[in-house]
Amino acid sequence: MKKQLTLGHGLILGAFCLGFGIVLAATDFATKEDIATRALEDRLNSLGQVIPDSIHDNNLVEGAIIMKNQRDKEITVYRATKDGKATGFAYEVYGTGYAGQMKLMLGLDAQGKILGVRVLAHKETPGLGDKMEVKKSDWILRFDGLSLGNPPVEKWKVKKDGGQFDQFTGATITPRGVVDAIRSGLELFAAHQDQMMDMNAPKQLTNGAEAKKEGH
Amino acid sequence: MTTQYKTIAKDGLWENNGVFAMLLGMCPAMAMTGTATNGLGMGLATAAVMAASSMLVGMFRNQITQEVRIPVFILVVASMTTLVDLSMNAWMHELYKVLGMFIPLIVSNCLPLARLEAFAGKNSTLPSLADGLFMGIGFTIALTMIGAVREIVGSGTLFADASLLFGPAFKAMEMRLLPEDTGILMMILPPGGFLTLGLLVVGKRILDVRAGKEIQMGGAHSAA
Repeated sequence: MKKQLTLGHGLILGAFCLGFGIVLAATDFATKEDIATRALEDRLNSLGQVIPDSIHDNNLVEGAIIMKNQRDKEITVYRATKDGKATGFAYEVYGTGYAGQMKLMLGLDAQGKILGVRVLAHKETPGLGDKMEVKKSDWILRFDGLSLGNPPVEKWKVKKDGGQFDQFTGATITPRGVVDAIRSGLELFAAHQDQMMDMNAPKQLTNGAEAKKEGH
Repeated sequence: MTTQYKTIAKDGLWENNGVFAMLLGMCPAMAMTGTATNGLGMGLATAAVMAASSMLVGMFRNQITQEVRIPVFILVVASMTTLVDLSMNAWMHELYKVLGMFIPLIVSNCLPLARLEAFAGKNSTLPSLADGLFMGIGFTIALTMIGAVREIVGSGTLFADASLLFGPAFKAMEMRLLPEDTGILMMILPPGGFLTLGLLVVGKRILDVRAGKEIQMGGAHSAA
């Protein structure tokens, strides 16, 4: 008798699981395509802010390659080409801020000059550390046009550390992290310029499975 | 019949308000109320989940046995949350980008579960739908109020970025009430959430006492 009751409850729970499982599968099916489109739009949008449309005629997402950065982390390098020649690169760079990691998108032209930098994600204090967001302040725009030799590498620091970049009022750690991130991004380009420029390079420089994961 | 719905509405919006009277759903009430816009968005998403789950549980209340009701309730809330999560990601992407991380947390919000257990499990479909809806709206109002207070005092704006979330038509809602850089930073940080909630709960109590009501809200007492 008791066994039968347990079975009954189990069946009820099972029926609900099945029902909602079907509903969720249907929702996933209905939204999958739109979600993929939105994700692609987001990525193109953040790329468009650091690589101007005028310098490329390719689809930035399609020409991407995977490579490792200094910290041995895999990054996707998006490449802009015009008439088959490389005209720009964009990739994510990372810096350590006051409240953890900050993720930035760095755009460079073929000579390694900065086309633009934007902060993609951070957890800095609102009102203090978030002045590196372009909608809060134009601080981040001052990097445009600079490169590893201009200013010289020892000046790629905030003023407090003897460099040339202003810190924010009341916040030094955040801008220091941003400047560090950009400098390391420029150094990555300097070290792997040939690899990035090589249009015949395999789409990923590591194995395919990992590249798929990154692209997902 | 109409008196029943009136009571449900009054309970959800004021008397038994999920946040101000029962002190439930504190996680989103603290985490998502840095601005009025975020509070409003989070509240609406929660209200949608609550209305849908309450209706479903009310509909199937005779099939759900006592022994399995808790797992079934959680299953219902989790499924509805996933549904909202996926649809928002696909069709309200701007809102999703702000709230995305917090949508899955609706599952762990105890307010929907509490209403399923206390109301929807014992009432038929329509009253349950009404209860979920009004409790959800009450929750939305509470979150929007907390967000508005924190935003005005903290950053001097009201409904900033509302057009980003709900469309260009809502541009008119965005206001700057205090000059830039005059806000009290602490109010947007976590302590501001606790302070604001505390003061608003006190405010509600004062109004209730003035109206000559007997205060006997369990949640508020046990938390005090």
